[in-house]
Parts: sequence; C-alpha cells; structure tokens
Amino acid sequence: MKLEELAGKCGQWLKGSGPESDIVISTRIRLARNLADFPFVRRASDDEKVQIVKMLRGRIAKLPQWEQTAFWDVEELEELDRQFLVERQLMSRELADSDGDRAVVIDPQERFSLMINEEDHLRIQVICSGLDLESAWEQINALDDALESKLSYAFHEQFGYLTACPTNVGTGLRVSVMLHLPALVITREIEKVFRSLQKINVAVRGLYGEGSQFMGDFYQISNQVTLGRSEQELMDTVREVVPRIVEYERRARFFLLKESEQDLHDEVSRAFGILCTAKKISSEETLHYLSKVRMGVNLGLIRSVDILTINKLFVHTQPAHIQKLRGKHLSVADRNIERASYLQSHLTPKRDSEEG
Amino acid sequence: MKCQHCERPATFHITELTEPTGPHIVHLCEEHARIYLSQGSEPPAPNTLAGILAKQLQLDQTAEQLAKQDKKTCPVCGITFAEFRKVGRLGCAYDYECFKEELEQLLVNVHGSRHHQGKRPSRHVAPPDRQQELIQLRRQMQEAISREEYERAGEIRDRIRQLEEDQEQAD
Repeated sequence: MKLEELAGKCGQWLKGSGPESDIVISTRIRLARNLADFPFVRRASDDEKVQIVKMLRGRIAKLPQWEQTAFWDVEELEELDRQFLVERQLMSRELADSDGDRAVVIDPQERFSLMINEEDHLRIQVICSGLDLESAWEQINALDDALESKLSYAFHEQFGYLTACPTNVGTGLRVSVMLHLPALVITREIEKVFRSLQKINVAVRGLYGEGSQFMGDFYQISNQVTLGRSEQELMDTVREVVPRIVEYERRARFFLLKESEQDLHDEVSRAFGILCTAKKISSEETLHYLSKVRMGVNLGLIRSVDILTINKLFVHTQPAHIQKLRGKHLSVADRNIERASYLQSHLTPKRDSEEG
Repeated sequence: MKCQHCERPATFHITELTEPTGPHIVHLCEEHARIYLSQGSEPPAPNTLAGILAKQLQLDQTAEQLAKQDKKTCPVCGITFAEFRKVGRLGCAYDYECFKEELEQLLVNVHGSRHHQGKRPSRHVAPPDRQQELIQLRRQMQEAISREEYERAGEIRDRIRQLEEDQEQAD
C-alpha cells in the first residue's frame, strides 16, 4: 500500500456510523507493551532498536490479523509523509520526531495500528467510530493476545505490564474518546464542564493529544491512571462520564436553537459560505468553520452536505494531507489556495469535469 | 428575569451540580456569566512526574539520603536513579525491582495504588533472570567493543545467540 492511496480514502472511524456519532467522533484505545529481553527504547542502543524492529516485524508477519497490514520504516519516510500519518491519527508526533530505527504498522481500513519503538517497544492502537468502548476493547484485547502468543512481554507480578514511564504501568491502557463540543464552547460552559471532570480521574486533551490546542472544538477524554484498576474499571470511568458530557452538549445545542435559532442559523450558514467561496484559507480557519458547519449539519440547519463529507474534510484539509492529495510539496501560501479549492469542490454541487 | 448582579436580563442560567448542598442555580447576564465561569478556572498545578517525585523526595528524605539514592544504579541497564529523576523514563524492566521502594511511593502518588489489577499474559512469563541476562549481555558486548576487546565481545555474542535460540525454540 502507498501513502497516496491512503490519502484519498478515509478511515473506518471517520465514517460517523458509531453510537452517538453526532457528538462522539471516535473511541480510541491504546496498550503500551514492552519486550522482556530488551532495555526500554530510550536506553536501547541503535543496534538493539534495529533488532527490536526486525524481530517484531518477523513475528507479526506470522499472525493472521496482520496479513493485510502495511509496514513503514519511519526513519525512511520523508517529513511530509510522517506529518501525514500524524494527521491521520495513525502515529504520534513523538514517533515521527524521535530517532533510531522505528516503525508503524497500519491496517488498511485504519481500524488498528502499531507503533514500534515509540516510548515503549509496542504501542497498539484501535480506533472505532462513535462511542464504542466494548468493540474497541474486544478488538485490542484480541490483537494483544495474538501478539503475546509470539512475544515475551515485560510483566511483573505486582506492577503488571511494565512501561518506560511509570505513569503507564499496570494495564498500559489509555482510552480516549474524542468529542465535538461546539455548543458548549459557544455557551461558554465548556470550562465548567471540564472543571467538574477533574474530580473524577479523567484527563482532557486537544485534537492531537497531550499539550495540543482544542482545535475545531474537539476534546479528548481519557483515563488518568493505569494501575490498580482493571481494564474494565478504567473504561467504566470514561463510560460513565462521556454520556454526561454528550447530554450537556445536546442541551446546549437545544438551548441555542430555542433561544436564538436565527443567530445560530446565521452563524453556521456564514461559516458554510466562507468554506464554499474562499479563495485561500488556512487550516486553523478551516477547522474553525468546519466545526460550525458540522453542528449545522447535525442540527438540520445545513442540508446540502452530509456528515461523512464534513468528517473527512477535517482530516483531508490538514497541511500534509492537502500536499499528498495534490501529489506535491506546497508552500503555506499555495496550500491555502489548494485547500480553498479542495473545500469548494467537496462542499458545492459537483460539475462534471471536477475532481472527486 | 434579571441578572443576579446587575439590571441586565439574565441569559445564562447555570446549574451547579457540584455544590455539597445539592444543585444550585444562578441567573446571570452574559458578562457576569463570563466572570462567574472564569472564577477558579486556573489549571491545577501540573501533575508532572518530576513534580510529584520532587515533592515526594523533599518530604521524606534528608539531602544525604537523597544523594545516596540518586547514585543507586540498575545492574542490568546501568541507569542511575538520578537519571530516571531527570528524564522521567526508566531504562529497563528490571528497574522496577531495583528502584522498587522509590517507585512504589511514586506509583501510590500517581495512581493511588501499587498493585496491578486486570489482564495478565496468558502464557508463562519467562523467569526474570533469563530476560535480564540477555539485556545485560548485550550491554557488556557493547562495552567490550568500545574497549576494543574483540575476543571478549565475540564470546559474549556467542552466549547471546545461544540464549536467543533457546528462546525461539521455547516459542
């Protein structure tokens, strides 16, 4: 599989088909695992990192679930391709930026991926559409079992799965649910909602993980601790809190519709208008307006475009994506022009000769 | 309805669910709502690993004890406790044994627990000494190479191969 092929498509998780997917974009679970017979990545020599990748690649090849997967040596990828995979949520910024032999293995439907030699030897990830912890856990648990049958994990009777950073030890589990909360942002209730969450052991992050900005009104809710509670218990904290936030967002949307439907309709329509007609537009501006349009579509205020198109555009208008889709490196100014034309071709009724 | 703080109409009706006395509703205009909501919204002190460790160490130990603890070195990967404190990442699985005492306290502070619950590998976990031997031997081989003791490095390499082969057969 080539990255260019991936660029035109969209991952299963973006299809907007899962439960509560008007507000919950995706449910992601990752497991951190280490091999028992190698030092952790930071302490491993260049030679050991090469051995780790080689060995893991060989063992994975024998597993049925991994037959269709694509393997990428991150060191060999150029910066644009690395950025592309980060935007795609298939690899972390840390893996892209670190050094030494490291790799990413990707399911073509983008349901799961594996990072090798990130902070830990293995980081397994599963992403599902909407709020679907059960299915995400079922899948990742099976992937983990299969890997474990070929590998000897670093495991400690008392501390559980051992990780390079003690904040991940035990289950090595991180559940992240990505939410789209534009109405809570507009009504300025978002901070209050999150302040109340700090008491219940969940963390809030932006679109691209730790330290990232809350772009496009996307927020990720995840478990804070990994040790001392079972995977099910950790997922329960997230499972309990997310429906409450979803409910707050629904109420805020309803409130906006009831109190000021015309203002809201005006705002989302203007956002739509800008995206349809702008001749150059930055990715930040795009996220900002797409967020409003997304809510407009969900509330039935905008009917000429479907939610799948909007979901896709959030990813496809990112800087590296625009360049991969156009098949060339572009300067910031050129990207802004290409992005505007890309948006236009996807948001306005198609004419015959126009690209898809 | 008027804002509780001024004459303007109240457009925000905020229900506080976290009050110990039960739900509590406030009615505010946009400006006062903004002030109300931004109160106490400063993020809590960062819960970084280094921060937690620093606090934990200050509380329990004298400078002398700290210096001694910092020098503690893992016999398998060679990392010192000071290095771990600096970067917040451990060097190998054996560090959890080597720095057990210090880590247990840290884990309690971070996770509120020191015992794993939940999933465990279904197959037999290789005995720790076997796993560590490989890590240790690889390090010794590197050291021998850097000292240009090629004969010794060769011997170690043979031993590593032997162990790796044994393991693959066990798989």
